Amino acid sequence: MNFGLIEHSLSVPIVSLTFAPNFEDMNIHEYQGKSILSSFGVAVQRGVVVDSVSEAHEAGKKLQAETGSDWLVVKAQIHAGGRGKGVVTETGSHGVVLAKGLEFVKEKVEGILGGHLVTAQTSEKGKMVNKVLLAEDVYYPGDSEPSEIYMSVLLDRSTGRNIIMYSTEGGMNIEEVAENTPHLIFKEEIDPKVGIQAFQCRKVAFNLGLSGKAMKEMSKFVKALYSAYVGCDASMFEINPVLKTSDDRIIAVDAKVTLDDNALYRHPDYSVMRDTTEEDAIEVEADAAGLNYVKLEGNVGCMVNGAGLAMATMDIIKLSGGEPANFLDVGGTADAERVEKAFRIILKDPSVKAILVNIFGGIVRCDRVAQGIVDAYKNIGEMPVPLIVRLQGTNAVEAKELIDNSGLSVHSVVLLQEAADKVSELLG
Amino acid sequence: MSVLVNKQSKVIVQGFTGKEGTFHAEQCIEYGTQIVGGVTPGKGGTEHLGKPVFNTVADAVKTTGADVSIIFVPPAFAADAMMEAAEAGIKVIVAITEGIPVKDMVMVKEYLTDKDCRLVGPNCPGVITAGEAKVGIMPGFVFQAGTVGIVSKSGTLTYEAADQIVKAGLGITTAIGIGGDPIIGTTTLEAVQLFMEDDDTKGIVMIGEIGGDLEAKAARWIKENGTKPVVGFIAGETAPVGRTMGHAGAIVSGEGESAAAKKKIMAECGIHVVDSPAAIGAKMAEVLG
Repeated sequence: MNFGLIEHSLSVPIVSLTFAPNFEDMNIHEYQGKSILSSFGVAVQRGVVVDSVSEAHEAGKKLQAETGSDWLVVKAQIHAGGRGKGVVTETGSHGVVLAKGLEFVKEKVEGILGGHLVTAQTSEKGKMVNKVLLAEDVYYPGDSEPSEIYMSVLLDRSTGRNIIMYSTEGGMNIEEVAENTPHLIFKEEIDPKVGIQAFQCRKVAFNLGLSGKAMKEMSKFVKALYSAYVGCDASMFEINPVLKTSDDRIIAVDAKVTLDDNALYRHPDYSVMRDTTEEDAIEVEADAAGLNYVKLEGNVGCMVNGAGLAMATMDIIKLSGGEPANFLDVGGTADAERVEKAFRIILKDPSVKAILVNIFGGIVRCDRVAQGIVDAYKNIGEMPVPLIVRLQGTNAVEAKELIDNSGLSVHSVVLLQEAADKVSELLG
Repeated sequence: MSVLVNKQSKVIVQGFTGKEGTFHAEQCIEYGTQIVGGVTPGKGGTEHLGKPVFNTVADAVKTTGADVSIIFVPPAFAADAMMEAAEAGIKVIVAITEGIPVKDMVMVKEYLTDKDCRLVGPNCPGVITAGEAKVGIMPGFVFQAGTVGIVSKSGTLTYEAADQIVKAGLGITTAIGIGGDPIIGTTTLEAVQLFMEDDDTKGIVMIGEIGGDLEAKAARWIKENGTKPVVGFIAGETAPVGRTMGHAGAIVSGEGESAAAKKKIMAECGIHVVDSPAAIGAKMAEVLG
């Protein structure tokens, strides 16, 4: 029996573990994630977060006194992985560095804070580092070798149950482990009726090859980690690495915590952890207007109602010889105000050469949307790019008349295929 | 025959007297759906839209013989509403509510395992059997009666597909919006199985999105057991990897879950896959001859 081993068919979405930004869920910083874990009794690497160089020395000193650790680790706090190998553009420093003594803390912090950290998971521009975490060095020598473990908690969609996924191959890129040595990845499914059981925690520890004190500590760690996952309504925990120290303690050294946006109403104290400076400014602005917008690299903007139809519209833009410049779901109430906002957001992108509006009116009436488009157009004054409007569904005929009689320069079409053809023609 | 709901279905509305519940219940009644009452705790004994209001689903079932429920209650209470419906003996539970915490749905899924009922959704447009019953929020007039069954993860894209099918002269038996959340009741595979067993349905349209393995699972089953032509479309060929697009379910999470990979699997399993979402109706007309 292939007990606990992950199936090779990958019923678990391995690659999503790269902690890619997830529209529906809230990503938080390592130091915030650790504070949540710690509040549920999970042992974490101790640290203190600072946002200025002047605080660094004092904070480091305090941490040293508290932990007895002479060496300190300085860790950039950004919403992206690969920080250790990442490089700060301005200084050449890595995103995670060791300060071998208090006297080095200030210069190490200086090398990271306020710079742009470029990692495998950021854009070429990198991400501005506004905060650094000073953390205790937990790789100190002792009776046994420290060892790094990978552990995550997430939903297995195929069963609708949470699983703990773990591996002896900690500190590495888990996709590579899954690719090259899938037999080294284990998973433990949790029965929601009874929650995690002690035998499951022990099994995790034994599968990781631990014994004695380390085994007991790991059991405790797993139990606490799962309680934290359920208690904070997380949608993903990825702890890479979990460290077995040289004196057999088990500690979360990193913490990638993603929270379920839909459950934030239960956790007002977590809602304030949102760091909008980590998100795309235009996307934040769109979100505030009730628009679901994602910027892409193409030349044809689009405005659609419904996520599925929006993706389908992007696909048809591509098939027509264009490239979608964005994803934009206007949602159920496409009134003039929202349509205008959507136009303005799409037009912020200078690469947009045409805009396709595709609305299938169900509850939302097409004539109302058409009026919204006409009003928005007039408010904007000059539409710098050609506009193709396809309105279908409830009151579509009235809507087309409204657009056609508006005197505005709008290409009005009825069928999706006609919209596609029009895109082709305009891009010519 | 029909799938899931029909003229005989006795439907109650949970969250009946709220804004959403009221609006959509009116639309359903107008379509001809047999709405026999609704549930709003605390308002039992009153009337709304000319139908009785009950405090509990159990009361509603006892008095009206309801076998279908449509749920509009807010996300914080939706899981409870689904479990209440299941416990009261409702056979088909259609959950429209969007934004339910995943943790709540883990519990619902577990709770339903030993109940004799089927959940559709949540976060879905619902189910419509053309000309018989609309248990959802879709525009009824688009779904003219015919011979094609539709199963889809998304709302407006389902309307688009239905519109094309009708304009191609075929019409719809039943359309099932399964929803885009990480945990849903009825899967693509289960919906396809229902259509394969339905005598009135001659062809099936299967619409998916990037992320998850629902379409691949359905496709593999169809390859072994399919008896009717299936036309498939997967939205999100151009969606960037690692971003979700509106639906929590639409995460590109691996090669097997990209639009291209899914379409490949579907085509290998004998499904008529279209690359353009504008070609769904024409393709179905072509394969049905």
